[in-house]
Amino acid sequence: MSLKGRDIVSIRDLSREEIDEILAAARRMIPYAEGTRSSGSLSGRIVVLAFFEPSTRTRLSFDAAAQRLGGRSLTIADASESSLRKGESLNDTIRMLAHYGDAIVLRHPNEGAARLAAMVSDRPVLNAGDGAGQHPTQTLVDLATIRESFGTLAGLRIVLLGDLRHGRTVHSLARALAIYGSAIRTVSPPGLSLPPEVAEQVVELGGEIQEEASLAKAVRDADVLYVTRLQKERFLDPAEYAQVAGSYRVDAAALQGARDRLVVMHPLPRTGEIAPELDATPRAAYFRQAFLAVPVRMALLGLVLNGKVP
Amino acid sequence: MGTVRELKIQPIRNGTVIDHIPNGRALDVLRILGLRALGSDSTVSVAIRVRSDKLGYKDIVKVENMELTARHLDALCLIAPSATISIIRDFKVRDKRVVDLPAAVTGILTCPNPSCISNVGEPIESEFEVARRRPVTLRCVYCERQVVDFLHHLRG
Ligand SMILES: Nc1ncnc2c1ncn2[C@@H]1O[C@H](COP(=O)(O)OP(=O)(O)OP(=O)(O)O)[C@@H](O)[C@H]1O
Ligand SMILES: [Mg+2]
Ligand SMILES: [Zn+2]
Repeated sequence: MSLKGRDIVSIRDLSREEIDEILAAARRMIPYAEGTRSSGSLSGRIVVLAFFEPSTRTRLSFDAAAQRLGGRSLTIADASESSLRKGESLNDTIRMLAHYGDAIVLRHPNEGAARLAAMVSDRPVLNAGDGAGQHPTQTLVDLATIRESFGTLAGLRIVLLGDLRHGRTVHSLARALAIYGSAIRTVSPPGLSLPPEVAEQVVELGGEIQEEASLAKAVRDADVLYVTRLQKERFLDPAEYAQVAGSYRVDAAALQGARDRLVVMHPLPRTGEIAPELDATPRAAYFRQAFLAVPVRMALLGLVLNGKVP
Repeated sequence: MGTVRELKIQPIRNGTVIDHIPNGRALDVLRILGLRALGSDSTVSVAIRVRSDKLGYKDIVKVENMELTARHLDALCLIAPSATISIIRDFKVRDKRVVDLPAAVTGILTCPNPSCISNVGEPIESEFEVARRRPVTLRCVYCERQVVDFLHHLRG
């Protein structure tokens, strides 16, 4: 079993063993991501960062990951504005980009774009977010953070809070957690609950899921509180957005009944969902989560390009 | 009994009979067959609300000089899973087929997700894989959206 040459389009494509392999590789990459060890294992390789939708964090963390391993990157930032496409189909664009580099990291506004790219490209494609669809590398970062906090992924209790309807990261996270037998509680503003098919999949994959009205009750015996922001850009109706904006906020008071070991995660950027008073507490795992984006993406690039990491 | 009722429809020399269509679906079956593509010498007979022992009521479609393609069969399976297909040659039933769910359904349905990459002008066909057999649930291979109400998402 090797991930060499593989596309990473959806968390669905990865078995539990493969996820474990990626997370183990990511752990080994931490000193390289911190700059205390160095490696030239991607020297001579070019990673194409094709971002057809803005995303600073994901793009920069992939860029850092490639460079930390001695690789180079070609960046197309907000390619919808650039002269690159000129109405050209994604199909054609990807065929061309596959000649420019050794792997393609794609962010695109349409769901399924990365799957199409993977079908067309003979170079590995890493999905860095396709519209409201999948964002598997973020999910792997989330899993790495939880794994680091608890030493395991098995049998944890996780609360998902926020815009669970539009939040693509929580959809793939819920599915991945289900593979590890997690018990998931969901808390969301009216109309923003987890799509029923995602909940069904959790159950099919061996997880447990339950909707909870009260955050205080949901966090009581939880290990992780995963907070997401409202996906403003995915609301079709601004009035609908205004109605739920600011309707949830996690602060010290909200976590009073929680266990000491509970950690708070957030894919960032946050827009007021987490009070800054939590930042300096041991509960705040979101900055560590942001850092782990680099070693996880180093692991992915190493595995799909070389089949291994240093 | 059956023969008396069947007399309402002229026998055909060569063609295809699609029997045991769930009542009310005959017009959708015609849509699948794409009758515009058919030769002008082909008679198409449609019987709606025919008494049936198995189904209570059923519809029947008979098309002269036409044999169904694999794609027709896939589409029939989605909207008329009970259908039986008889191939008529020289007025006689020469062959029978039942429809069966294929592993992948290509080019028949439109993805219900308007911003799916298969709906925005890329040079690709829609493609769905079977997510569940009971009830039949398909999943778009691109955006992973699931579909169960096939009638509303038939192409064309
Ligand atoms: N020459 C023909 N022209 C038009 N329809 C025909 C012709 N021959 C048979 N059919 C129709 O084709 C279908 C299958 O014919 P068949 O004689 O096998 O009937 P059956 O035994 O009732 O089969 P089934 O089990 O499929 O109902 C029936 O709907 C019958 O009316
Ligand atoms: Mg009969
Ligand atoms: Zn789709």
